[in-house]
Amino acid sequence: MKNFLASRRGIILVGSVIGILAAVLQKLGNPGNMGICVACFERDIAGALGLHRAPIVQYVRPEIIGLVLGAFIAAYIFKEFKPRSGSAPLVRFILGVFAMIGALIFLGCPWRALLRLAGGDANAILGLFGLSVGVWIGTIFLKNGYTLGRTQKTYKAAGWIFPLLMVGLLVLMLLNPQIEGAEKSGILFYSLEGPGSMHAPLVISLLAAVIIGFLAQRSRFCTMGALRDLILFKHTHLLSGIISLVAAAFVTNLIFKQFNFGFSSQPVAHSMHLWNFAGMVLAGLAFTLAGGCPGRQLFLAGEGDGDAAIFALGMIVGAAFAHNFGLASSTAGATTAGMVATVIGLVVCMLIGFTMKERTI
Amino acid sequence: MSKIIDARGLSCPQPVILTLNELKNTTETQLEILVDTVTAKENVTRAVNSQGWQVDKVETLDDEYKIVIYK
Repeated sequence: MKNFLASRRGIILVGSVIGILAAVLQKLGNPGNMGICVACFERDIAGALGLHRAPIVQYVRPEIIGLVLGAFIAAYIFKEFKPRSGSAPLVRFILGVFAMIGALIFLGCPWRALLRLAGGDANAILGLFGLSVGVWIGTIFLKNGYTLGRTQKTYKAAGWIFPLLMVGLLVLMLLNPQIEGAEKSGILFYSLEGPGSMHAPLVISLLAAVIIGFLAQRSRFCTMGALRDLILFKHTHLLSGIISLVAAAFVTNLIFKQFNFGFSSQPVAHSMHLWNFAGMVLAGLAFTLAGGCPGRQLFLAGEGDGDAAIFALGMIVGAAFAHNFGLASSTAGATTAGMVATVIGLVVCMLIGFTMKERTI
Repeated sequence: MSKIIDARGLSCPQPVILTLNELKNTTETQLEILVDTVTAKENVTRAVNSQGWQVDKVETLDDEYKIVIYK
């Protein structure tokens, strides 16, 4: 059977659905230009679980759960659920940690960078430029034979673990629902102010994300892959997906009056251009070395890829480090510790790129 | 017997890189590429088509795919 969503028109359709749903989620309560942000939302989950205690970013985001479960459902229906693992998991974990640290210097993953652009936040241009440079560095390593090695087939039950973890988070959330004015409900933390306190209704967030996860698994939507394939092969297939995402989110933002152009007073953003750029160089390089943007890693995890799941867990742990050690930026800008971490991250990623290659490729 | 490129178990975009490198250097007019995910199958198919090669057939073997291409 031909997979329509993997065609050019299919990926354009998927990009626009994501763009529209993201803008709608923002309208329904998610933070500014953050209808969906994989990095920010994993960071909020880390906060809700108490892995870090930054009070303004604590919420078990149903979007993350939905993205994984949507991909899981699609993979099962279309017989693409293939449990696999064992391609340098520790390296992928470390890449996840630094990908998150880089994303939190900029304040957003590639998905949010696109949504920030679609909302008029000009700082996103620096971030997207940095992302492209990071991906470009990654493609040089790929051309020179960089590989984390082959993955292996594993038990069906092993492929279920990450989707089940997501179900577990959902159950935790239903057992410990948000209490008006309380920062803790049972074992979960909630934000009383800041981005963590802003969210669309749980059911809507979850459903929208299941739809996106389903479509993205079928279409192989990947924001990093879009830039990588353009640079490496001059292929524009995935690129058309992210362009349609920006266009659709832009139009929807105009309709909802959520578009506001400029560098200053943008929601959950800062204007330290160099660090918006550098943070995303780090994130882009880490995503390229790991083979997918944070969204794509969730979809892969949903179809049974244990290495992608390890990367996602690395991002959640990276978020905890980022806030516990004061590495994450705020609207006031990047921190000195964050700058140091960016440089360390770049060095680590470059070392991974230089040392992990097969000559035969 | 045509040459076989084994791209099983490799993550994106390595199956495509392996295939394109081989297409660039080969003197053969027929090649086989082994992959183990549908994504890799789609990506490789798209990439070889863009290089003027045609997909002859895709055989499904167990959990893997053998893509036979020719020029």
